Amino acid sequence: MNVRSEIIAQFKRVAHEQDKRLAPLTDNLELLNSGLDSLSFAILVTRLEDSLGIDPFTASEDAQFPVTFGDFVNLYENVAK
Amino acid sequence: MRMLQNSAASLWDALGNTVDACDPTFFGAESSFALRDLYVGSALGDRSDELSGQSVLIATTDQLAAAAAILELDGVARRITLCPPDVPLEYLASVAKSAEADAIVSDNPAIRIAVPGVTSFIHCDGKILPGDRAAATRHETEWILLTSGTTGVPKLVLHTLASLAGAAESGRPEPNHVIWSTFYDIRRYGGLQIFLRAILTGSSLLFSSAHESTADFLARVGAHGVTHISGTPSHWRQALMSSDANLIAPEYIRLSGEIADQAILNHLGTVYPQARISHAFASTEAGVAFDVSDRTMGFPASVIEHTPRVEMKVENGSLRIRSERTAFRYLGEDSRPLKDAQGFVDTGDALELRGDRYYFVGRRDGVINVGGLKVHPEEVEAVINRHPKVRMSLVRTRKNPITGALVVADVVLNTEPNNENKDERQTRQDILQFCREELPSHKVPATINFVPALAIAETGKLIRHHA
Repeated sequence: MNVRSEIIAQFKRVAHEQDKRLAPLTDNLELLNSGLDSLSFAILVTRLEDSLGIDPFTASEDAQFPVTFGDFVNLYENVAK
Repeated sequence: MRMLQNSAASLWDALGNTVDACDPTFFGAESSFALRDLYVGSALGDRSDELSGQSVLIATTDQLAAAAAILELDGVARRITLCPPDVPLEYLASVAKSAEADAIVSDNPAIRIAVPGVTSFIHCDGKILPGDRAAATRHETEWILLTSGTTGVPKLVLHTLASLAGAAESGRPEPNHVIWSTFYDIRRYGGLQIFLRAILTGSSLLFSSAHESTADFLARVGAHGVTHISGTPSHWRQALMSSDANLIAPEYIRLSGEIADQAILNHLGTVYPQARISHAFASTEAGVAFDVSDRTMGFPASVIEHTPRVEMKVENGSLRIRSERTAFRYLGEDSRPLKDAQGFVDTGDALELRGDRYYFVGRRDGVINVGGLKVHPEEVEAVINRHPKVRMSLVRTRKNPITGALVVADVVLNTEPNNENKDERQTRQDILQFCREELPSHKVPATINFVPALAIAETGKLIRHHA
């Protein structure tokens, strides 16, 4: 499964479910400005753990929460490797 | 029933008052006996006199054997401890110690080895031999019930016949054609209530069996023409999953032990339109508090103030109860107080007032904390269970790096399992959408897993693992 496309799909799905207006997902987009709240991110991380089989936040003790959408994708891609 | 107060000091005396007029029978899965035969015989080999004034552990595998032993020993033993058959052997020694047991009544020789400290062992397998219950009623026997503790070691809860039978006493006299049954084991509070009702009203009683499928149990219930039957909402959800649910035609259905949600009340009303359906609030510690028969979840707020002989109040969101039906205390070392200084038992059941009705929202100790917001699993289950495709559900916590925890749900559908992924995905979306319409977003499950079944404990309650 392509990690980036799965992440994009889940961002869209969760935003839709949570009735949030999602900003265009560019690598420079700051997650705080993405339109998702912390509950949405919590759900997103859980869904991605189910679909990709990884949770980078729990996998590494010193995982920093990513700042931009690009960081977010990188974090998952690095663990998925 | 007045007879317990006026003319019967023990269950045996109560039995004497009804046995000739009503001729009740106890039906087990494999055997049965007429109470008339027990009344002129003994299941303890005429050894009840030996147990006079003793503390006796009743630890039989067979429920009928336990029923006979209870009847023979109430009023004779100083104390009887009712061990459900699923108590692990390794805990029995500590139960025996806490109960200061002098003797064991059992059909299982392995218990002799498991509890080496108690040397007096009386075999009882429910077979009744002619004889005489030699001992006379002399003691107000203490009844010890076991409830599951958080560590697995059972807690011992002290009652008397008067505290246990308080609710049965105030019940209306039942006509002779009544046959009781219960999904519960009679050695648990919910089942014991039914056992006592049957004895005090001279009714026959059909016992469940741990070794029997729900379908087989329902078939027996139907074949014997059971009129009154009790169980937990989980018991009933299982029963309604079986096509054998239509083998029974009860006049009266009683729910207790878990929150009765609107879905199960509606479902029972549809399948058994002729039945009176009530849901009761009771616990081993707090006793029977009240029951409601309006087929609506929750209960009218006026119940709190206007239930005869039971005082109730809501403090810090949870229901507290004081009445003559509450237990007296816990037994054993380092046991904590069962009541507060005013004699109220804190049930730990959280209530919410909406309009003029109270609703049970869940157990205080089961709360899931989603980023600082509280969620009671039961309130989410109540919504999911209302979805037409859902039979039952279990909401649980799932760790989350962002909010600490999230709510997730395991769901049993009422349709045959279907491997078509598309259908499943659509159903999942439907249920989630349903939840979103009814619940604030932090209470909506993040994921829904479809499962073939949910684990139900011997107590008849859904097994919950608190994080």
